[in-house]
Amino acid sequence: MTLIVPLIALLLIGVIQLVSGIAGPTAEPTTIGYVDELGGFQQYTSQGNITLVRFDTSDAATDALIRGDISEYFVIPQDYISTGLINRYTLEKQLAASPAITAAINNFLLNNLLAGKVPAATIARIEAPSNLVTTRLTETGAVAPEQGGYGNLIIPFVFSILLALSIIFSSTYLLQGLGEEKENRLIEILLSSVSARELLTGKVLGIGAAGLVQVGIWVISAPLLLNLASSSVGGFISTIQLPANFIALAVVYFILGYLLFAVLSAAIGAISSGSREGQQLIGVFTLPLLIPLWFTSLLMFFPDNPAWIFFTIFPLSAPVEVIMRLGVSDIPAWQLVASIAVLVLSTIGILLLTTRVFRTYLLMYGKRPGIGEVIRNLRSG
Amino acid sequence: MQAVEVSHIVKSFADRVVVNDLSFSVAQGEIFGLIGPNGAGKTTTIRMMMDIIKPDSGDVTILGEKLSEATKNKLGYLPEERGLYKKLGVLDSIIYLASLKGVDRRSAEERADELLNQTGMLPHKRKKIEELSRGMGQIIQFIVSVIHDPELVVLDEPFAGLDPVNTELLKGMLFDLRSQGKALILSTHQMNEIEELCDRILMINHGRSVLYGNLAEIKSKYRSNSVLLGFEGELGEVRGVTEKRTHKGYVELVLDGNTTPQQVLERLVSRGIVVNRFEIATPPLNEIFLKVVGKGHE
Repeated sequence: MTLIVPLIALLLIGVIQLVSGIAGPTAEPTTIGYVDELGGFQQYTSQGNITLVRFDTSDAATDALIRGDISEYFVIPQDYISTGLINRYTLEKQLAASPAITAAINNFLLNNLLAGKVPAATIARIEAPSNLVTTRLTETGAVAPEQGGYGNLIIPFVFSILLALSIIFSSTYLLQGLGEEKENRLIEILLSSVSARELLTGKVLGIGAAGLVQVGIWVISAPLLLNLASSSVGGFISTIQLPANFIALAVVYFILGYLLFAVLSAAIGAISSGSREGQQLIGVFTLPLLIPLWFTSLLMFFPDNPAWIFFTIFPLSAPVEVIMRLGVSDIPAWQLVASIAVLVLSTIGILLLTTRVFRTYLLMYGKRPGIGEVIRNLRSG
Repeated sequence: MQAVEVSHIVKSFADRVVVNDLSFSVAQGEIFGLIGPNGAGKTTTIRMMMDIIKPDSGDVTILGEKLSEATKNKLGYLPEERGLYKKLGVLDSIIYLASLKGVDRRSAEERADELLNQTGMLPHKRKKIEELSRGMGQIIQFIVSVIHDPELVVLDEPFAGLDPVNTELLKGMLFDLRSQGKALILSTHQMNEIEELCDRILMINHGRSVLYGNLAEIKSKYRSNSVLLGFEGELGEVRGVTEKRTHKGYVELVLDGNTTPQQVLERLVSRGIVVNRFEIATPPLNEIFLKVVGKGHE
């Protein structure tokens, strides 16, 4: 897993190079039909790769469609000017017309409606009123080194998924180990050799270090792979860049996120009767970790919604949410501070509770204690 | 200095008192038997001695010190329910668990070789734990419990699952440890093992001590007022004997309250009866166990 992720990225770069070398970005020339019931739509029948062919009746157009002469046709009804309604007919099962077809039809209608009334250059402007180029400035008015945009988004999004997986894998590994030691009673030998605190610390640090090496390799390989990709593949990939503080925050949130989940896993490992049951229980906590990933598209379009502040500060979702938000917008410093503080405090809190029940429940085999009993033990423990 | 000094320990789980005001001591160079019915509190007592759990009140002193992480390195423990890392090799398992007791890799390896050789397990050194039979796994666990040359070894049901050859082998090793001055605590249901191995015993029931002390003294205390007699000739009536129970090859003579075994022997000899066995009947530990525990159940 550690090396597989960078290797897959390498493979992807290779495949993209290969594919783009074989097939250039040529779109198929398409012919579509139209029936002009309103009249006046004769010009501009060539829209890029799409050619429009006029038919006198819908029946003639349907025949041509069935014969395969045209891929689809549309009808401009007599009341088009008042309703804007265009009826489109196709043999394909589609969700909606493709963006290319929609643009071709719109431009064809627009051109014909405005022909002779406004200059051609104006028509071209109406078709595409703006070509938005955004430049981000710093507070001094200079061009900011980090420009944002989709290029900024890719790495944090991919990384947030990897981070979530890494945290889940590491804590599951801890849980499994503990469950196994509980099932085969090795735990008694371990506890007769070291204290419960030492055992807990050793497990959390050992598995955490392994996970950190994994994340470290991913983080370090990312800029190298990016360089390679932008020089060999170019295009969009060359616009990809790492957000500022990304590496530092990725490592910080991996460590804090892992610690929180490791301590939770240890507590669950102690109270559950075996590794299988433990994995079911930890699922309740890994769900919030993954919630930010479900709302990816919402985050992209509404990056300033206050809901994200909640996910940034809520400790279980913070690691993934913060990394994702880094790709979309800036995170105010106070939110980062609050997020890290809450994460640290909740980890310490759970650690204190865990050490109270860890020893007692590690030695209870068979029945899992009820929540009431655990709380009672926490009080008395 | 006593190897173990347990004084007035109490432990409850969820309002149930499992160990109730228990006190005992174990000397160095002795094998001490810890017996009692299921659920009597033996394992809980052992876990408190091993510092796996803490008593609610009372003290445990091991080798003259309060339990601490440092004393743990002087303890060896073979828990009743056993297991090792299945995927790990025999030698690696031993070395890892020895390292937790503060033994460095080289000494652990040397001593592991020695113990594996002694137990005939050397050919299996490179095998994985999952490839071993249950009895073999148990021998490995025993090796783990003594690899660090502990001063006190606690063995919970050490003979369960062992064949007669390995049982004898293990007994021999236990006697060796005793002669080296180590203290051994043996917890088992096998009363004959206790009688064979132990110098002193503690019997607990419902978390309380019901019998404690020298095994021979306990047995003599529980002896019924009878003698076992093997003889040749006609026995007839013997004065002072209230009941004769015939067993295979011998009779058990139950004496009245005023007659001693010595008097009975004199009477038999004076009547010219050839005596080839004369033994004061002490009940087997098993019987004492049933009697004491049975009383507790009433």
